This record gives sequence, structure tokens and C-alpha cells, in this order.
Amino acid sequence: MTDLAAGPLFGLPLPELWFALLFALLGAFVLLDGFDFGIGALFALRRDPDEREQLLAAIGPFWDGNEVWLVVFGGALFAAFPTVYADLFSRHYLLLFAVLGALILRGLAPEFREQRDDDAWERWWGRAFVAGSVGAPFLLGWFVANWTLGLAGLTLPGVVVGLALVALTIADGVAFVRLKTTGDLGAHVRPYGEYALGAYLALVVATLAYVWAASPRAAANLATPVGVLCVLVTVAAGVGYVLALRAERDRAAFGAVVALVAALVGLVARLLYPALDPAAGTTVRDAIVSTLPLNLMSILAAVLLPLVVAYFAVLYSAFRGPIEAEEGY
Amino acid sequence: MVDPVLASRLQFALTTIVHIVFPVMSMGLAPFLVYFTYREVRHGDPLAERLRRFWGRIFAVSFVVGTVTGIVLEFEFGTNFAAFSAFVGELFGGPLATEGMMAFMLEATFLGIFLFGRERVSDRLYFLSAFAVGLGSWLSAVWILVANSWMQTPRGFEVVTEGSRRVVHLTDPVAAYLNPRFPWMFLHMQTAAVETVALFVAGVAAYYVYKHHVRGVENPDVDFWEASLKVAIVALLVAAPLQIASGDAYARHVYETQPQKFAAMEAVWQTETHVPEYIVAFPTRLSHVLDPRATELFGIGIPGGASWLASGGDASAAITGLESFPGPHPPVALVFWSFRLMVGLGFWFLLLAFWAGVRWYRGDLYDDDLLHKALMGSSLLGLVAVETGWIVTEVGRQPWVVQGVMKTTEAVSPDLTGGEATLTLAGFALGYAALLALYAYVVLRIVRAGPPDRSALHASDGETAGEVAADD
Repeated sequence: MTDLAAGPLFGLPLPELWFALLFALLGAFVLLDGFDFGIGALFALRRDPDEREQLLAAIGPFWDGNEVWLVVFGGALFAAFPTVYADLFSRHYLLLFAVLGALILRGLAPEFREQRDDDAWERWWGRAFVAGSVGAPFLLGWFVANWTLGLAGLTLPGVVVGLALVALTIADGVAFVRLKTTGDLGAHVRPYGEYALGAYLALVVATLAYVWAASPRAAANLATPVGVLCVLVTVAAGVGYVLALRAERDRAAFGAVVALVAALVGLVARLLYPALDPAAGTTVRDAIVSTLPLNLMSILAAVLLPLVVAYFAVLYSAFRGPIEAEEGY
Repeated sequence: MVDPVLASRLQFALTTIVHIVFPVMSMGLAPFLVYFTYREVRHGDPLAERLRRFWGRIFAVSFVVGTVTGIVLEFEFGTNFAAFSAFVGELFGGPLATEGMMAFMLEATFLGIFLFGRERVSDRLYFLSAFAVGLGSWLSAVWILVANSWMQTPRGFEVVTEGSRRVVHLTDPVAAYLNPRFPWMFLHMQTAAVETVALFVAGVAAYYVYKHHVRGVENPDVDFWEASLKVAIVALLVAAPLQIASGDAYARHVYETQPQKFAAMEAVWQTETHVPEYIVAFPTRLSHVLDPRATELFGIGIPGGASWLASGGDASAAITGLESFPGPHPPVALVFWSFRLMVGLGFWFLLLAFWAGVRWYRGDLYDDDLLHKALMGSSLLGLVAVETGWIVTEVGRQPWVVQGVMKTTEAVSPDLTGGEATLTLAGFALGYAALLALYAYVVLRIVRAGPPDRSALHASDGETAGEVAADD
């Protein structure tokens, strides 16, 4: 054990690696639970009962595992940067409880909705499902914007980024629906994907204009190679998404969403770094835990996260191809 | 407007008291479901498939509610107990992150296959999925109890000042995480989960068995309920004695390592030897309820019993009284009566297990209506025992959040306002009342609807049934 306390494992830059890991975990959550949220929004837009059953069936086996990426993100922040976890979560108190409320509604709704064949019951749980699925990315986007720019409370970038995340999850949901359902549903939802992507790009531009004008610290980070690269990837993948949808190349469209999410979390990380909590003036190096627990957590993450990826591979390959409505909820 | 410290404590108490119901149901059901799935895939047993499907529905609802209420707790360490998180995060965050990666991920991914994938995967992968879900739920308990046992008997750390903050530094992970309290807590908690679910299954099954055999209401699914009852009785016969034995060892560890909590459990104020154990304690005045003192209670006490149990066989062992500890005491009444209720229930469950076992052995399990009624009445009492047990553990540790290291009043987020805290507390009070009512309603509906139709079974599908038969 004395060895583990002596210095960072293999001399690696562990604080930076954990910072990167944190945003990789957040990205996994946005990508994977993103299509669940997007399908919640599409659920509001499609009225046909059979199509609604198809939408719920498409996420049935996946959403619970997808949501756990948020739990692991929170756990990693707590384990590696406990003071930032404490400061950030207590500062955005009401916002985070609103996120929890939305996640509770989204999680309970499909499970409870299927328990009764009764129109009023299904209508109310359907509404709860939509409210939770749209509310969760909106509030989470708001939280991330306030965090990154060192703001608190109801803010313009908070609302704009919240809406941007809702738009991105809808584009994500459309790509997923086209891969996982049969019949006309995929064609019916395609226009929503195109509108959502257009809205996302417009909202990203608005956010960057705000950053440029109002936050010198973040603007300086934006004008770096990584910052510019993330913006370019966003534009290219956005155009690629729309072209792929029009060419009916659904795997390519989903690939474009992967690139969009990667560019988004990359941009957030770049706007922050080297700070981790700009409002408190805390940097990644200030907030990292001491060497011994950091080395221990690094070993555990290096062993466990590849296993987690394997679990997801088993799950998604068991449910490869379209999922029929009667298989799900 | 409630003071933010009080509101945060009440909110954490409320959200944990509600949350623990769901992991207890899913952890307790897990071994039953693994067993049913094994019977189903190995022997193509249609009854096992119906058991797996029916109790799996209750598992699914419990798991979903457990997921969404569990994330709340993870966030509350940061939102409401920021001072605690910043102070002990280096030691406390690791187990929570590991729980997410090692346990929760395993459980949540394979749950998708377990609930929706019977027709899509091989029998072997289906069984492995059931096992992975169960293993994941039990590993969750490992990491949560690693963290909690450190709060009871902290070791392997030092307190240092970094800038303006005092923080805990991990110095010896083996001492900190392989805490001597952990094995007792884990054994006691997991046995409690199995025992609670066994009581629930037995209570539900006893209702249908009673209606069919005693009241003569013909039920075509009675074989399903008889099988459920028997499996539950077997689990109860194992769990009930084990729970008392592990509880005894656990209490002895509390006596050795947390004397203040132990004194509150026994309501001993002055240090004494030959302390009697009150098997039954009667409050004769209101003050005895609100402020119990062992020496004033009228009850059936075994002379020297508490001393004897605490020390493992020495009736003259001293129990340190509460007055020997400086500062505020834990709320003695809550701890003392919760402990008595839990222990009393534990012995009642042992009696029930023995009673049911004897009836089964004698061949009149289905005819003893008094036993059926006792089981029905006890179906939710396991949850009561779990809740009172956790009250003893957590309230008994007060005023400390980390025994001897940090007081609970110092743990709350410093900038939290009374308004914010009151708002979320009120939201949880209303929301969780609705959630419990909905959960109870949905579980009751599942129970009323009964087991799945025989024609809907996987095993009844010609091709698969043939395969299974060939397999045997």
C-alpha cells in the first residue's frame, strides 16, 4: 500500500484523465439515455396508439442501464473531486432536485402505464412520461450551462442550452427509432429529426455568441484548437445527420449523433479546463483527491469500465434489429 | 420555514426510509427468481416459469422504483450534506462510485434481458442474466454497507487541514473498507431482505391457499400458490434462525465499538453491571414511552441478561451508561422501542417458521386456518423489522454522522437556505406518499390478477418444449 501512496500510477496524469473520464461518462449518458428522452418527446408527437406502443417497446430493455451512466458520472465526480461534487450540487440545489423529479417521472411512467388497460390511466402516465423525458434533458442542459459558465439560478444560457439538449435528444431518438422499429413509424418521425437538428445548430450558435460576448474566460478556451475542432465537428456532423436521414442511411445518422454528443461534451470540457468549478475558482488539480484513493479508484475503473462496456454489448446484441411492440411494455 | 439542518435531516430520513423498501424487495426476491429460472431452463418446469414470471413482475416494479429513489440519495449527499461530502468524500465517494460501476451497471443491463429477452436469448444466457441481476443487487448492498460501516466504526484515515478546509485522508484502505462491522451488517441486511420477501410471499400465498382449502373457493391456480407458500417456508426456516444469530453477534459488536448506541438500545443511563434484558417491557406511564429508563420499566427481565448477551456470556459485564458520554445523547426512546420492536418481530418470525414447518411435516399445512391468518397478518412485518433496524443503526449513532469524527449538525450544506430545504422536504413528503400508495396499488393489482395464463408460457411453445424435453 505504501507504493500506491507514493505517486500517481505509472506516472500518469491522473487528474486530467479523471477529468476526461468524467465527461466521457456524461457523454455516454447523453448519447444513450438521450434516445430514451427523445423517444419520450416523440411519444407526445405521435398520437396513434400502436405507434406509441412501438416507441415504448423500443426503449424497454435499455433505458434503465442507460440511466445508470448518470449515477456513475455522479459517483466518479464524488470519488475523484469530492469538494467540487459538494460545492456544485449544493449550489444548484433546486435545479438538481428538479432533474431528479423529471427522472423519477420518466422512470416510473412506462412501468406504471402498462399496469392497467384504462384510457385515463394511460393518458396520465403518458403525460408524465413526456414531462419527465423532455424535462430531464432541459434541466440537465441548464445545470451544465450554469456550471460551465459559473452562473446560478435562472439564466439565459441555461435556458438556451437546456433547449439545445432537448433538440439533440430528439434527433438521437429519431435515429434510434428508425433503427429499432418496423413499419411506417420511422418515416413518420423523420421530419422531427431534421427540425430538431436545425434547432440544435441554431441554439449552439446562440450559446457560442453568448460565450464570446459575456464570458472572457470561456471565450479564451473556445478560441483553442480543441474548442474550434468541437465546433467544426458539430457543424459537419449536423449536416451529415440530415443527409444520412434523407438517404435512409440510419446507421450513419446514429453515427452522426455519436459525433455530435462527443463534440458537445468535448466542448463543455474544453470551456471549463483547467477549471472544474469556475464559480468557486477551483481547478482540476486543486480538487483531485490525494494519491492513494486516486490510484485505487483508477485501478477499479480500469478493471470495471471495460466490463460495463461488455454488459452493454451483450444487452444491445441480444436486442439487435427491430423490437416489436409486443416484446416490450 | 424549517431550519435547513432539521429539514435536511428529515428529508434524508424520509427518502431513505421510503427507498429501503424497494431494494429489500428486489434483493430478497433475487435468490427466489434465480432458483425459479434455474428450474425453468434446466428442467423445462412450467410451474417454475409461472413462478418466475409472476414474482418477476413484482421484482420489475420494485426495481424501477428502487432505481429512481436511489439516485435521489446519491444526489442528496452533495445537495444537502455538502460539508459531509467535502470532508469525507475522499473515503466515502469511492465505494459509491464502485457501487455504480460494479453492481448497478451489472443489474440494470441484464435486467433488460431478464424482463424482455426470454424469446431472444439462449436458455443459458437467460439464466446467466437472472443470476447477474441478483448478483448485481447483492453487490450494491456490499458497497453501500462498506460505506455505512465506515460511518459506524471509522478506521484507516487521518484528519488534515487543506487550505481552509478540514478533510479526511485515506491512509489505510484495508482498515477502512474491510471494516470489522461490515460482515455483521451485510449478513444481517441480506438475511433481512430474504426473510422479508419470504414473509411477503408466504402471506400472499397463504391468502389464496386459505381461500381454496379452508373457505372452499375453487382456484385453478392453487398449485401455484401452494408452491409459492412452500418455497417461502423453506426460505423462512433458513432465514429466521440465522437472523437472530447474526443479530446477536451484530449487537455484541455494537456493545464493543459503539457503547453510546448500545446504551441507548438498552436505555441504560448509569454504568452498571448485571443489567437485565427486558424481553417484554411495559411502559406504565407516558414518560416511560417518551423517556424510557431501563431501571424504571416494569417488565419481564432476565437478570444479568443484557450484560450476558452483550459480552458473550458474562452476566457481570458492565454496560456503560449514557450519562458517561458528554454532549447530546441519541433520542433514546426512538432507539430503545425500535430495537424492542425489531427483536420482538425477529422472534415472532422464528415462531412462524417453526409453526409452518411443523404443519408441513405433519401434512396439514393447507388446513391450519390460524397459521394462514398469522402468515397473512405478517406479510408486511418484515419491512417493519427492516425499518426499525435501520432506525436503531442510524438514529442510535446520533449525534454523530461519522461516529466520533463528525457531528450530523456539522454535515449539512453551509449555504443551504431554509426556504430551499423546506420546499424540497414538502415535495418529497407529498411525492413519496403518492409513490408508496401507487406502488402498493400496483403490487396489489398484480397479486389480484394472479399467475400468468398457462397458454402464454414459453415452455408451452411446441418447439421449445421439445428442446427442453430432449435436454432432460
